[in-house]
Amino acid sequence: MLAALAPALGAGAVARLGGVDLGAAPARAEQHQHGAPTAPDTHGHGTVPDHPGFQAGARVDHAANGFHPTELLRDFDHGRTRRLASGRTMRQWELIAVDKEIEVAPGVKFPAWTYNGRIPAPTLRAREGERLRIRFGNGSEHPHTVHFHGIHPAAMDGVPGIGAGVIAPGKSVTYEFDAEPFGLHLYHCHVTPLAEHIARGMYGAFIVDPREPRPDADELVMVMNGFDTNFDLSNEVYAVNTVGFAYMDEPVRVRRNQLVRIYLVNVLEFDPINSLHIHANFFHYYPTGTSLEPVEYTDTIMQCQGQRGILELRFPHEGQFMFHAHQSEFAQLGWMGLFEVVA
Amino acid sequence: MEARADVTTPPRAGRVPAWVLGAVPLALIAIALGAFALLGGPGLGERRGPPVEELAVERTVLEPGRIDLTVRNDGPDEVTLAQVIVNDGFADFSTTDRELAHLDTAKVSINYHWVEGNAYELQLLTSTGATIAHEIPVAVQTPDTDLGFYGLMGLLGFYVGIVPVTLGMLWLPFVRRIDPRWVRVLMALTVGLLAFLAIDATLEGIDVAAEGSQALGGASLVFLGGLTSYLVLSGVEAWLQGRRRKAPADVGGAHVAMLVAIAIGLHNLGEGLAIGSAYAVGALALGAFLVIGFALHNTTEGLAIVAPVAQRPPSLRRLALFGLIAGAPAILGAWIGASAFNASLAAFLLGAGAGAIVQVVQQLAPSIRDHTGRMLNPASVAGILAGFAVLYVTSLLISL
Repeated sequence: MLAALAPALGAGAVARLGGVDLGAAPARAEQHQHGAPTAPDTHGHGTVPDHPGFQAGARVDHAANGFHPTELLRDFDHGRTRRLASGRTMRQWELIAVDKEIEVAPGVKFPAWTYNGRIPAPTLRAREGERLRIRFGNGSEHPHTVHFHGIHPAAMDGVPGIGAGVIAPGKSVTYEFDAEPFGLHLYHCHVTPLAEHIARGMYGAFIVDPREPRPDADELVMVMNGFDTNFDLSNEVYAVNTVGFAYMDEPVRVRRNQLVRIYLVNVLEFDPINSLHIHANFFHYYPTGTSLEPVEYTDTIMQCQGQRGILELRFPHEGQFMFHAHQSEFAQLGWMGLFEVVA
Repeated sequence: MEARADVTTPPRAGRVPAWVLGAVPLALIAIALGAFALLGGPGLGERRGPPVEELAVERTVLEPGRIDLTVRNDGPDEVTLAQVIVNDGFADFSTTDRELAHLDTAKVSINYHWVEGNAYELQLLTSTGATIAHEIPVAVQTPDTDLGFYGLMGLLGFYVGIVPVTLGMLWLPFVRRIDPRWVRVLMALTVGLLAFLAIDATLEGIDVAAEGSQALGGASLVFLGGLTSYLVLSGVEAWLQGRRRKAPADVGGAHVAMLVAIAIGLHNLGEGLAIGSAYAVGALALGAFLVIGFALHNTTEGLAIVAPVAQRPPSLRRLALFGLIAGAPAILGAWIGASAFNASLAAFLLGAGAGAIVQVVQQLAPSIRDHTGRMLNPASVAGILAGFAVLYVTSLLISL
């Protein structure tokens, strides 16, 4: 008779995590200071949160991660260039696969697989028609490739079984192709299991500028991603540029009335779509950035995995304006930030 | 040859006090373990695989704008609590202890504007990214444990414990007048009632144990509790028998009645725990129907107490004492259940109730023998089955 009470009695729960072969470097023993902001909290949020966020006062140790979300925004990697005999420009980069622990939420370490130790990987930026050469060295414990979105020969596609195929640990390869078409693209590892190789952090934005440059603007890269920290094939933390709520704690500063261009890429694994909504403003949207004419004037767009597009807008008012996924769950699990518009 | 010589020689150790001989192995064990720990387990190497992180949520308290959890590290490795997710959103929280060693507990206080009647799924995110889920099926404010609350729980325990048991004991005059053969049937009925309660308490204990800390024993606590109370009551029984031999034999079945009362008291303690904790999480409507159900159910327990003393009824004072021993624990149980419920403790107590009942059934068993000395005779079997039936039917009235 009283057994019927069981669900009501404390309703305890025990979860067990085991058998997760991370294969990555063992966890560093050190634990960064919780509650000690490593980034300056210039906006003095009180102890009671007035917006979604992590535990009040808790911050990610960006220095330990080796990259800072605010710096990632405007970090474009143009590589090294030299002029070929034909007069074309040869642009070269080096990408190294590295297994690394990344703190994706305050106190939560994710055993990531990265290109060059950062998530998202470097934003590679070229101009239409250039010759591109990317040397890839696999310093990870796992086999990887680099698969670029763009137009190129089959052997340069960075997929298993074609061309150089899978690059074993310790091996390297050089991918070479032309920069076409212009637009906003991406690159990522293409080794199976695909979901894991992408969700572990092996992706980055790849921008091919048109021959005639776009108008001058304050340009930002935003890669929408997420992290399945308990490996149950769904994400615990959502973000743009990896660290949840990073731009809530440190808003993205832009100037009033200046043209802002956002290169937005969605690489989110496990969820079918992702989205972006900017508060109190509208933007012109250039899907995939392959046209110089916008197709839409809106404040919310949706992207599936691998989809990307360029947003252009000006902020006419000073102050703080939210931007976030217009999927409340993603927003409250980290994919939310602020623009701070200054004069 | 030497061995034989050893046996025949007077023990040389005789010169050394016995306690020293007992202490030497202990000291050696302590030294060996200490050295082993200091050297970091030589030869064992590094552990393989990621840490095993387990947290048990032992208690949930809902206050306006706040959810308080008491969590215990149930696993072998240290767990560092990093973040808290409530219904798919990160939430602000504070904790008394972020890094929990094996069996450590901490209070996690979550800032959250919860809404009454909603369901909430909490996830405790550890430093390695593991999640520990905890469900709040229906959010209801946890009652304040003030004087009025203890009064209410006391009243409830009084209604479902003392009153029905005492009322049931009013069958004593009837039991005295009936034919001894019918008394045997009544005793069998009592055995049936008690057996039902024992099974019920064991099953419920196992259910409750599943929700508590597994590291503290889990379901084994039920059986540990059962064995403990069985052995303690057997000891008490032996002691009572020893006393009875010295005293004039006027006690009759009183000591059996006392044991029945204790067993039923332990059972009612478990019942009170269940009622109190259900009330605390808002899963219990304190209606008249509930009280009536429990009252009918527990009235039969009064009968179980008086049946053994049918031949030689004890004094009224003693009878009142039996009633109190059997019924009052329901009050205590309700208090504990509503204010400091702990699944591991509840499992142990429920097991203790079941063990006590088994011991008492063993005491009662001889009294159901018929003239041929057979225990399972038609009359006793009918009585036992009737006991099952009575409790089964009355338990249907308790729709918790």
